[in-house]
Amino acid sequence: MKDKGKIIAGVAIFAALVSFPFWYNTGTAKPAPELILAPEAKAAVTCILPKDQMAKEHMQLLDGWRNSVVREGQRVYVAEDGKKYDMSLSNTCLECHTNKADFCDKCHDYAAVNPYCWDCHVNPKEK
Amino acid sequence: MKESRRSFLKIAGVSALGVTAASNAHAIGEYFIPSEQAIKDQKVSTADRWGMVIDTRKLTHELNEKIAKSCHLNHNVPTLENKNHEIKWIWEEHYEHAFTQQPNEFQAEETAHAPILTLCNHCDNPPCVQACPTKATFQREDGIVLMDFHRCIGCRFCMAACPYGSRSFNFRDPRDAMEDGKPTNPEFPTRTKGVVEKCNFCAERLAVGKDPYCVEASEGALVFGDLSDENSEIRKVLKENYTIRRKASLGTGPSVFYIV
Repeated sequence: MKDKGKIIAGVAIFAALVSFPFWYNTGTAKPAPELILAPEAKAAVTCILPKDQMAKEHMQLLDGWRNSVVREGQRVYVAEDGKKYDMSLSNTCLECHTNKADFCDKCHDYAAVNPYCWDCHVNPKEK
Repeated sequence: MKESRRSFLKIAGVSALGVTAASNAHAIGEYFIPSEQAIKDQKVSTADRWGMVIDTRKLTHELNEKIAKSCHLNHNVPTLENKNHEIKWIWEEHYEHAFTQQPNEFQAEETAHAPILTLCNHCDNPPCVQACPTKATFQREDGIVLMDFHRCIGCRFCMAACPYGSRSFNFRDPRDAMEDGKPTNPEFPTRTKGVVEKCNFCAERLAVGKDPYCVEASEGALVFGDLSDENSEIRKVLKENYTIRRKASLGTGPSVFYIV
């Protein structure tokens, strides 16, 4: 173990470099953005699923809708309470959540996700 | 218990795999919507094989323009000046270009100069479906050859496979060509740069019991219906008129018929 000093120094530098983003950003984390509901969404009271579930699973749900609509031709979603919805991002989701910038984009920006839904799907309120 | 290094590594490897797989299982595979939660609209039009008869005797250049416009505006198909970038779902074609396998000499004047309307033939045996490596193009149970734009990787094999030139590639963002970047029909998505597109036989309208846009705009020149139903109007029209199909000898089984 002649190079004990060198090895320990090397490991220390390596650990410092790898952990740099963590300690550099400690304490600077911004709080998660507060969701702002559009008046249309408030008026509707309930979404198609409970709020927590929507927050966690909306992306998987939309993926399921996409497969159902395009592949199976089944375009109507029956919610737990029996209410029927057209499975459409532009025509159903954004019909209530008219504030895409405050409702969708804010969180997506915060989480640094870049969904390409909007490359094709239209935000009907964006006139 | 004495463990060899080898067996320890094996167990460690398998355990690591198991832990990762279990914690990521939710991310693998499709989100499952139970079948009782995904249904069809009550008004849906159903068929075993959708087809179309085009009465070219009733077509004029003006009518063709009107039909194409109705389709393209409603499906957000951009109008591009550059012919190489052109996107078309339904368009007018010269007779000799549409029917390349009927090169009759001394053809009747009226037929030879008839403005033929062409679109995806929604083939019974579609070569584009076979060519697609991602199953973005697929055939539905009702015969419609549909595209799942989400899956298209833009390889254009389907364009090479289609003998009718029914497919167009988005060489540029179609929204750039739209006025203010706004689609003409906000209820229908646009496409994005790098995907192929074509006529969808108005699958979104059949789902709510409506006829395709082109049929609606055609003033009776286009008849749409179920080819497998002997009593349907389209079969009646086919029984009463001599019809031809585009390049039928290739074995693609086009579902669009022409009265010439």
